[in-house]
Amino acid sequence: MGKVNVTVETESGVPTYSYAGGGFKLTKLDKIIGAARANSLWPLPFATSCCGIAYMATMGPNYDLARFGMERMSFSPRQADLLIVAGTIAKKLVPVLRQVYEQMAEPKWVLSVGACASSGGFFDTYSVLQGIDRVIPVDVYVPGCPPRPEQILDGVMNIQKLAKSESLRRRYSEEYKHLLSKYNIENDINEQK
Amino acid sequence: MSKSKITNEQLLSELQAKFGDAILQSSQPYGMLNVYVPADRTHEVVEFLQKSETLKMNYLTNIAGIHYPEDKGKELVVVYQLHSLVNNIRMRVKATLPIEKPEVQTITDLYSGANWMERETYDFFGIIFKGHPNLKKILNMEEQDYFPMRKEYPLEDPTREDKDNRFFGR
Repeated sequence: MGKVNVTVETESGVPTYSYAGGGFKLTKLDKIIGAARANSLWPLPFATSCCGIAYMATMGPNYDLARFGMERMSFSPRQADLLIVAGTIAKKLVPVLRQVYEQMAEPKWVLSVGACASSGGFFDTYSVLQGIDRVIPVDVYVPGCPPRPEQILDGVMNIQKLAKSESLRRRYSEEYKHLLSKYNIENDINEQK
Repeated sequence: MSKSKITNEQLLSELQAKFGDAILQSSQPYGMLNVYVPADRTHEVVEFLQKSETLKMNYLTNIAGIHYPEDKGKELVVVYQLHSLVNNIRMRVKATLPIEKPEVQTITDLYSGANWMERETYDFFGIIFKGHPNLKKILNMEEQDYFPMRKEYPLEDPTREDKDNRFFGR
């Protein structure tokens, strides 16, 4: 807040300063929208196994994800900003995961929780996807098998950092379009422009 | 384990009395009776075990497949695990199948639970259950064009790059 100095005479005769009035702040649109986005991310929990249980602990009152503006879990991808993939993704589930990702509106972020989502973990087998970054782009990886809730919180805070510092132009950029095209995902945000 | 009302010997003698030479082989690993029957007679044998007034094998626990690549002409084995809840006794009926033509008659007409079990055995071993109402993959993804539990296929995902065999002892 901009400082509005009002001099007040007190009984002792020494002037003190108080803050009053609406004030003002100079900032950039990017920053203020980034701050708004970062502090009101609606996560979509895509929890398939034990990492999902660690994630549920993170949501609970002990660790309290709500402190980060994530009071509401969005079980509809259309209103979600953050896809939290927690658990083993079998190859049969890949089309579902992709469809969920594609249904989310821009801007969207992806948090890969745990060894299985990040690399297949110890399920080095014919039926398990060896890391979700083979089918959708991932912003932050959380290691662990399963990770502690603190680690998941750390991952979420890293997503918040990304959201805060992201340029408003990023989602329209050629680089972003290229990133999505590597995954064969249609980026309709560019078509509308 | 509580006592069974009939013994393995009774089971075996009833089967031998009914089917004679069709009971190719029998053994009792860990106290459970196993019998081998010809692949074209599994339905008959299972039906007899289910409908028999004395044996009453009324519950199908599981259907499994086995692959023995070295046994030429009988590479695949289909295993039926039956349970008589009335007599408190269990047994296995097995049949060997050649890998070129792994066909066996469905038992979905006897046990409805066999439907998904046969689909699973088909999915993993490629055993064809003739007469099954809907024999298609059940657990693996539809694009999978091989039967992963057959031993010629590697268990590991072949596309994984971060595993260096030197560090994993293989």
